[in-house]
Amino acid sequence: MLLKDLSEARGVSGDEGAVREVLLKAVEGLVDEQRVDALGNLICLRKARRPIEEGRWPRTVMVTAHMDEVGLMITGINGDGTLRFEKVGGIDDRVLLSKQVLVGKDAVPGVIGYPPIHLIPAADRQKAPDIGKAAIDIGAKDKAGAERLVSLGDYATFRTCYEVLDEGGLRTVKGKAFDDRAGCAALVELLHEDYALDLYAVFTAQEEVGLRGARVAAFAVNPDVAFALEGTICDDLPKKKDVSPVTELGKGPALTFMDQSVIADRRLVRLLVDTAEGLNIPYQFKRAAAGGTDAGAIHLAREGVPSAVVAVPSRYIHAPVSMLSLDDLDHTVQLMKAALHTMEGGLNA
Amino acid sequence: MKEIIRTLTEAYGPSGDEGQVRALIEEMVRGVVTEMRTDPLGNLIALKKGTGGGKRVMIAAHMDEIGLIVTHIDKKGFLRVGRVGGVFAPTLMGGRVRFANGTVGVIGSEKWLRSNDAPKWEEVFIDVGATSPDDAPVRVGDVACFSRPYEEMGDRLIAKAMDDRAGCAVLVQALRDLGESPHDVYAVFTTQEEVGTRGALVSAFGIEPEVALAIDVTDTGDVPEAPPMAVDLGAGPAVKVMDRGFLSHPGVKQWMIDGAERLGIPYQREVLQLGSTDARAIQMSRAGVPTGALSLPARYIHSPSEMVDLRDLQGASNLLVGLLKEPIAL
Repeated sequence: MLLKDLSEARGVSGDEGAVREVLLKAVEGLVDEQRVDALGNLICLRKARRPIEEGRWPRTVMVTAHMDEVGLMITGINGDGTLRFEKVGGIDDRVLLSKQVLVGKDAVPGVIGYPPIHLIPAADRQKAPDIGKAAIDIGAKDKAGAERLVSLGDYATFRTCYEVLDEGGLRTVKGKAFDDRAGCAALVELLHEDYALDLYAVFTAQEEVGLRGARVAAFAVNPDVAFALEGTICDDLPKKKDVSPVTELGKGPALTFMDQSVIADRRLVRLLVDTAEGLNIPYQFKRAAAGGTDAGAIHLAREGVPSAVVAVPSRYIHAPVSMLSLDDLDHTVQLMKAALHTMEGGLNA
Repeated sequence: MKEIIRTLTEAYGPSGDEGQVRALIEEMVRGVVTEMRTDPLGNLIALKKGTGGGKRVMIAAHMDEIGLIVTHIDKKGFLRVGRVGGVFAPTLMGGRVRFANGTVGVIGSEKWLRSNDAPKWEEVFIDVGATSPDDAPVRVGDVACFSRPYEEMGDRLIAKAMDDRAGCAVLVQALRDLGESPHDVYAVFTTQEEVGTRGALVSAFGIEPEVALAIDVTDTGDVPEAPPMAVDLGAGPAVKVMDRGFLSHPGVKQWMIDGAERLGIPYQREVLQLGSTDARAIQMSRAGVPTGALSLPARYIHSPSEMVDLRDLQGASNLLVGLLKEPIAL
C-alpha cells in the first residue's frame, strides 16, 4: 500500500530522501524522464501519449505534492542525556507533550518528556505548557551516552503507525504526515494514465518551511498551468454556531478559492467544478482562506503560472496522527485525471 | 480625467478578479498604445513604442481592490466572509457591498447596535436578502467589493477603490497625453497588489525593464491627530523615498524631483511608515531594477470612501508625461 509506505517514511523538511526513495520505486516505468534537483525536488515527466494539437494551450501541466512533513531538529544535548530541539514547520506546542518520536537516521526511539499530573500545580494545568523547557528523552545515561546515538542537527519525526479504521464506512485510515503524503500518493496515481499533454509530476521539498522547493522547481519546469495536490485542514467536529467547517471528511476533494499564498486561477477552479459536476464526483470548497501551499510559489514563477489547489481533507494535520478517508483520496485522483483530460481540449488563455 | 476616475472606481475588481477593470482600461488606451496583451496572472501590459534611443520603462498601477470572500452560507442565508487584502473591521458596519453578478449585500455583525466597538472578524456577516443557502444569489468563494457612489466636492474626489484606480487613471491620462517619446513605455495595469504585489512580480519578470515606477496612493498626515507624516492632500504628487517594504532607487527619485522642478509641478517627498506598493516587487525582479514610486495622497485608504485631490492626480500625470518625453540619465 503506497499511502502506508509514504506515511511511515520519515522526511522532515530538508531531509526528504526516504520519501523520495519510496516515490522513485513507485514511479518506475511510469515516467519518461526523472531527476532530483539541487533542493531535492523529484521532477518527473510523463510525456504526452497522444499528439498535442498545434496552438493549443496548455501543453505543459505541472502537478505537485510535497514530500516533506513537519517535525523537529536536535539543537542541543543536555548533561543528563536529554535532547533539546526546535520545531521545523508549524507545530502547536500543545500537541508535542508526551509524544513518541524517532531521532536521526537510525530512528532512535525517544519521548518528549513531561512531568506527570502529580507534579503539576492545579493552576498550571489550565495553561499551555512552556515547550522551551521540554526535551526529548532517549533514555541515555548521560551526555556521552546520548552522543553515541544522536548528533546535533539530526531530525526527529513523530512515531506513528498507519492503520485502517472504518473499512466499511468512510474508509478512514490514520497515519503520520497525510499532509502531504496523501497528495504524493494521488500524484503517483495520475501517472498511470495517458494524456495528450506533457505532465510534470513534481514531488517537492521544504514546503512546510516556506514553499521553497516548489519555487525553484516551477522556475525550471516553466509550465503553462499548475495544480498543487495537498492534504488540507479538516475540522468537521461539531460546532457551537452555524459556521462552516473548513472541510469535511468523506465529502470529496477540497478546492481552494483563496488561501494566504494564492488566489486560485478562476478558469482552473471552474474547470474542476464543471468536471466534478459533469461526472458526479463529490467535491467541496475549502471554506477558509487559511494556510499556504506550493501553488503560492508556483504561480509567481517567471511570468506567472495560473495555478489551483486540490486537497484531500485530513483531520489533525501538523500533529502526530492525521486521519483521512480513502474515498476522498480516490475521488481526488478521479477528479484530477478527468480535469487533465478536459484540458486536452484546451483552455482560454 | 474625472470621467476616467468615475468609470474605474465604479467598476468591480477585487484581487484575482480584475477582468471588468481590465476591459474598461483596454478600451481607454486602445489606439493610444502600440500593442496590448494580458499575461498569465491577468496583468494588462500596454506597450507604447518609442521613437528610438530610449530605455525600456515600466510604469505600474494596480487594478485590484480589497474585498470580502464568502466562506460559508448559514441555514438562514447569511454569508460569513474572509478578507481579500487589508480590510479593516471599523470600516464595515452598515456598509454595502456588491458581487460580480450585481448582488448587493449589507454588512452586519452579531453585536449590531449593542456596542460602540468594532466587531471581531468572526462576528461579521453579509445579508443579501436570502432566507437559506438555496435562495442565496451567490456561492462560497464569490467575492464582494464595497459599494459606494463616486462623489465630487470641487477638486476633492471621493470613491471606493481610489486605491489604486486613481493610479490607473493617472497612467491612462499620461498615455493619452504622451505623444512622441524616445522610450518604450510599458504601462502595466497589475493584478493582486493588495494580497502581496503578485501581479507586478511576474509582469516585471516578463518585461525586464531598465527603469520602473509604481503609481499608487499613499496616506496623508493632514487629518486630525494623524500620525506625523509630511504629506498633505492637494499639495501635489509625492515622490516616495521609503515605505515599509521599499527604498527608492536614488537616481530614480532624483529623476522625478528634477523633472518636477523643471516643469514647475508642485511635489512632496514621502516617507510612509506602513504599507508598500508594486515598486517593492518590481525592484527585486531578476537581477534588480532601478525603481521608484510616484504616490497620490489619499485619505481614508482601504475604507469605502477614499478621498483624493484632482490637482495631485493631474500633477502626477503631467509629471509622467514630462519625464517620459526626455532622455533618462540616472
